[in-house]
Amino acid sequence: MEMIVASAIGVLTAGGIYLILRLRAFPVILGIALLSYAVNVFLFATGRLAVNAPPILNKYADVSYSDPLPQALVLTAIVISFGMTAVLVMVALGAYLEADSDEINMTDAGDDADSTEGQGV
Amino acid sequence: MNDGSILAFVAILPFLGALVPGLMIRAGRNACATFTAVPTLLALLLLGTQVPAVMRGEVVSTTIEWLPQLGLSASFFLDGLGLLFAGMILGVGLLIILYARFYLSNDDPMGQFYTYLLLFQGAMLGIVLSDNILLLLIFWELTSLSSFLLIGYWKHLPEGRQGARMALTVTGAGGLAMIGGMLILGNIVGSYNLTDILAQGELIKASEWYMPALILILIGAFTKSAQFPFHFWLPHAMAAPTPVSAYLHSATMVKAGIFLMARMWPVLAGTEPWFYIVATTGLITMVLGAVIALFKDDLKALLAFSTVSHLGLLTMLLGFGTKAAVIAAMFHIINHLTFKAALFMTAGIVDHEAHTRDVKRLGGLAKLMPVTAIIGVVTALSMAGTIPLNGFISKEMMLEEAAHTVWYNNPWIVPVLATLGACFSVAYSFRFIFHVFGGPVRDDYPSTPHDPPFGLYAAPALLTVLVVLIGAMPFLAEPLVTVAANAVTGLDTHPHLKLWHGVTPALWMSVVAFAVGGVLLVLHGKLDAIWMRLPRPEAKEIFDAIMERCVATAKAIAQGTHNGVMSRYLALLVVASIAVGTHAYFTSGMAAPTREILPVPPLIWVGWFSLVAATWLVVSQHHKRFRSLIFISIIGLVISGGFVYLSAPDLALTQISVETVTIMLLLLALYFLPKDTPAESSTGKRFRDAVVAVAGGGAVAALAMAFLTRDVDSISAYHLANSYKGGGGTNVVNVILVDFRGYDTYGEIIVLGIAGLTIFALMDALLRGPAAKRLRDRAFSPDRSRDRHPLMMVVATRAMLPIAIMVGIYIFLRGHNQPGGGFVAGLVISIALLMQYMASGFAWAQLRQRIEYHSMIGWGVIIAGLTGVGAWLAGKPFLTSAYGYLHFPPIEEFEWATAMAFDLGVFLAVLGAVMLMLYSLSRIARFAGETINVTPMDHDPSEVPEDGVDEQPLKEGQ
Repeated sequence: MEMIVASAIGVLTAGGIYLILRLRAFPVILGIALLSYAVNVFLFATGRLAVNAPPILNKYADVSYSDPLPQALVLTAIVISFGMTAVLVMVALGAYLEADSDEINMTDAGDDADSTEGQGV
Repeated sequence: MNDGSILAFVAILPFLGALVPGLMIRAGRNACATFTAVPTLLALLLLGTQVPAVMRGEVVSTTIEWLPQLGLSASFFLDGLGLLFAGMILGVGLLIILYARFYLSNDDPMGQFYTYLLLFQGAMLGIVLSDNILLLLIFWELTSLSSFLLIGYWKHLPEGRQGARMALTVTGAGGLAMIGGMLILGNIVGSYNLTDILAQGELIKASEWYMPALILILIGAFTKSAQFPFHFWLPHAMAAPTPVSAYLHSATMVKAGIFLMARMWPVLAGTEPWFYIVATTGLITMVLGAVIALFKDDLKALLAFSTVSHLGLLTMLLGFGTKAAVIAAMFHIINHLTFKAALFMTAGIVDHEAHTRDVKRLGGLAKLMPVTAIIGVVTALSMAGTIPLNGFISKEMMLEEAAHTVWYNNPWIVPVLATLGACFSVAYSFRFIFHVFGGPVRDDYPSTPHDPPFGLYAAPALLTVLVVLIGAMPFLAEPLVTVAANAVTGLDTHPHLKLWHGVTPALWMSVVAFAVGGVLLVLHGKLDAIWMRLPRPEAKEIFDAIMERCVATAKAIAQGTHNGVMSRYLALLVVASIAVGTHAYFTSGMAAPTREILPVPPLIWVGWFSLVAATWLVVSQHHKRFRSLIFISIIGLVISGGFVYLSAPDLALTQISVETVTIMLLLLALYFLPKDTPAESSTGKRFRDAVVAVAGGGAVAALAMAFLTRDVDSISAYHLANSYKGGGGTNVVNVILVDFRGYDTYGEIIVLGIAGLTIFALMDALLRGPAAKRLRDRAFSPDRSRDRHPLMMVVATRAMLPIAIMVGIYIFLRGHNQPGGGFVAGLVISIALLMQYMASGFAWAQLRQRIEYHSMIGWGVIIAGLTGVGAWLAGKPFLTSAYGYLHFPPIEEFEWATAMAFDLGVFLAVLGAVMLMLYSLSRIARFAGETINVTPMDHDPSEVPEDGVDEQPLKEGQ
C-alpha cells in the first residue's frame, strides 16, 4: 500500500512539474493543481497510513486511530489551495484579457513596451 | 550603585529630539536652533550627573532585554572612554548647532539640517555607549546612513551627492565587514555583551579565528576612520556644508573607527599582527595625508587631508600597543578635536565672508578680519605642534613613542617617518597661516571679507580658549585622559601631562620638523609645480571605474538569470530543489524501515491505475483544455476515495467538495481563455522538461516512501487523549481545527477571505482597464446552445436545493463528533447555491440573493474572533473552548460547545469566499455582453409561447 501511495505522489508530482514548465498560463494552472494534490497527499502521508482507523473517538471500545494532526492540517490546506488556485486563475485571466496572450514568458519587446508606458504615466 | 537607566535615556534623547526641528522651524530659525540645542544640552547634563561615578573608576550600566534569543539587548554602559567620546559628541554638537544657525543661508532648509544632525548625533552616542556588539553594529550602520544625509545635504550640488554616495559605499561596506568580525568575536566568547567580550582577551587572542575577526573589524574601523587605502572618501565628503565637516571630521564620524580600535584594544591589541597592520597603516596614512595636504589649495581639502593624517597618527599610536601610546592617543583625541573643529569653522567663516576657500586667491586676511585671524592662527599653530599649545604636548608624546618603536628590527624607520610626517604637518599648518592671513591685502577677493557676527565666531573662539588653556595647564585634562586610558587598557595608568619634558629626542625631532616645515613652505611654489607634474592616482576615477564594473557585473548576472523566461526559472528551481534534496537523502544516514507494509486490495489497484492514467492524459492532452479538465477531475475523485480508504473521512469530504468548485472555477475561466494550447515547445525542450519532471517525481516518491516505511514519534497522542476531555468532541480532526489549533484555523479563514476579496478587487480593476473594451467587443461562438438554462436542470436543482442545504446543516452540526464541520458544510452549501446559478443563470440567482458575500466573509471572521475573545471573559487564553450538555426530555442528550460558534464563523467565511470568487468570474461574463435572463429558464412550457422573446440583452457597465 505504501508503494501505491508513494508512487501516486510521484506520478502527480512529475505531471505537475512537466505542466508548470509549459509556456501558457492554463497548463501551468493545471500543473499547480496537480502539485497541490501531490503535496496534500504527501502531507497526509506523513501521518503514516492506516486502514479502518478514522480518528473518530470510540466511546465503547479501545481501538487504534490514524494520526489526526496531518489530517487537520491538510484539510485547511485543501481549502487554501483552492483559494490560491482561484487567485492564480484570476491573475491569468486578467493577464490574458489585458495582453491578449496567455504566454507566461516575458519577451524583451514586452518589457520595453511596459517601461515606456510606465514613463508616459 | 548608580542607576544606569539614565544612559538609555541619554542615548535616545537625540533621536526623540530629531522630531523637534521639523516642528519648530515654523516658529523661525532662532527658535528652531534653540530647540534643537535643548535635547543635546539635556543629554549633556544627564551625562554630567554620571561624571563623578566614572571619575571614581566605576562603570555605569543598564540593560533592557530586547531579543534575548538572539543575544541582542539594549544594554548601555559608560566608562572613561565612553565618557570622553560622549562628552565630545554632545559638547561639539552644541557648538555646531550654534555655528550652523549663523552659517546656513536663508535658502537652506534648516529644519532638515538639524533633524539629520540630531539623528547622526544619536547614532554616534549609541556607538560609544553600547554594551552589546549587535546594538553597536546597528548604531554603526545608522551613522553611515545619517552621515550620508548630512554630506549630501546640498542636494542640488552633484559633488555633494557623489561625495555622500562615496562615503556611504565605503563606510557601509566597511560596516558589513565589521558585522562579520563582531559576530566571530561573539561566537568565540559565547556572548554578544561587550563587557563579557572585553574580559576574554586571552581566549580571543588564542583562538584560530582571531585573524579573520581582526582583519574584518579593522576593515570596518579603517574605512570609517579614513585610513589608507580607504582615505579617499573623506576629502570628497567635504562637499558638505562646513558645520557638517567640522562635526563629522573632528569629533565624531571619523573618530568612530578610532573609538572602535580603542574599545577593542584589550582583546585585539598587543599581538604582532595588530602591531604590523595597525601601526603601519597609521604611519603610512599619517605621512601620506600630511604630504597631500600641503599641495591642496582648497582650504577644506587641506584640512581634510590634515584630518586623514591626524587619524593616521591616532591609529599608529593605538597600533603600538603600549600603555604610554594609549595615553598619548587619548590626549591627542581631545586636542585634535579642539583645534580641528575650530579650523574647519574658521575655513567656513573665510568661505562665508570672502566667497572663496581657494588659498591661491586669499591672503592678507589678518588685517581685514582680525578676530578670525587670531582664532585661525592660534589653532593652526596648535595643529603644527607649537609650544605652548595643546597640540605640542600630544605631538611630543607621539614622537617620544615613535622614537623607541622598532619596526622589523629597524629602530630608525618609524621615528624617521614620524618626523617626516611632522615636517609636512608643520608646512601645511604654516601655509594655512601665511597664505590665508599673512601677506598683503589684495583687491581681487570675490567679496570683501570682514569679521562675521559674534554668533559665527563664538564656537571656534571657545575652542581656541580650550587650545590655549590645555596647552598652558595640561593637568586640567589629566583626569579625563586617565579614566579614558584606564578604560582602554583595562590597567591603571598614571599619565603626567606636562608642557615641558626637558630636552628629549622628541624635542629634537620637533625642532627638525619646524625647520624643515619652514623650508618646505618657502619652497612651496616650486614644489607645487613639481607636484602638479607628478602622476597622481585620482581616487574618484578609480572608485567610479570600480563602481561601474560592479554595476555592469550585477547587470550581467541579473539580466542573464532574470531574462523573463518564467519556465526557465521554474526549471532551475525544481532542479536545485532536487539536487539539494538528493544530497541530503544520501548524506544523512537514514534509519532502517520499521513499519510493516500494508496489503493492497484489488479496488485500490483500480484506483491507482485510473489516477496514473488520468495524470498521463492530463499531461499528454493538455493542449485540449476542456478535455484535460475532465481528466483532472478523475484524479480528484480517486484521491477522495483514497482518503476514505485510508481512514481520513474529513479529508475525503473536503477533497470532493473542493474538487467540484475547482472544476467549476476552471470551467468559468476557460470560457474566456483560448480553448487550445498551441504546441510551441520544441521536442528538445519537451524531452528536457520530461527528464526534470520524472526526476522530481521520482525524488518525491522516494521521499514519501522513506516517510511511510518509518515510524515517527508525533504529538498526536496528546490530541487523541484530550480531544474528548478537553475539547468535548470525538472527531479529533475537527477538535484540532476548532480548538487545539484554532488559532491556525482562524488565520486560514482570514487568508481565504483575503483571497476572495483579492479576486473581487482584481476583477474590479480589470473591468476598468483596457481589457474592458476587449470584453465588450467579444464575439460569441455561433454554435453555442440555444437552451442554456434547460428546464430539466432548473427543476432538478430547485428540488435539490433544500435537500442540499439540509445535508449541509447536518454536516455542520455533527462535525464536532463525526466527520464534517464548518469547512465541508460551507463548501457543500456553496455548491448547492452554485447549482442554482448554473441552472438559471447568474442574474436570476443574484436577484434572489439577500446577503452580500463580502459581509459574509467579514461576519465569519468576526464571529470566529469573538468566540475566541469570549474565552478571555472566562479568564482563559484566546480560543479556549467550553462545552456542556443539555437535556431535553423527549430527545436525548444535546451537547453545546463554544467551538460550534467558531465553526459557524469558519462556515460563513468559507461560503462567502467561495461564492465571491465565482461571482467575480461570472461578473466578467455579464460585462462581456452575455445576455441576462430574467426568467428561471429559457423555455418555460407552462407559459404561452406567443410571449416570444424572454431574453433581454443587458450589459453591465453601460
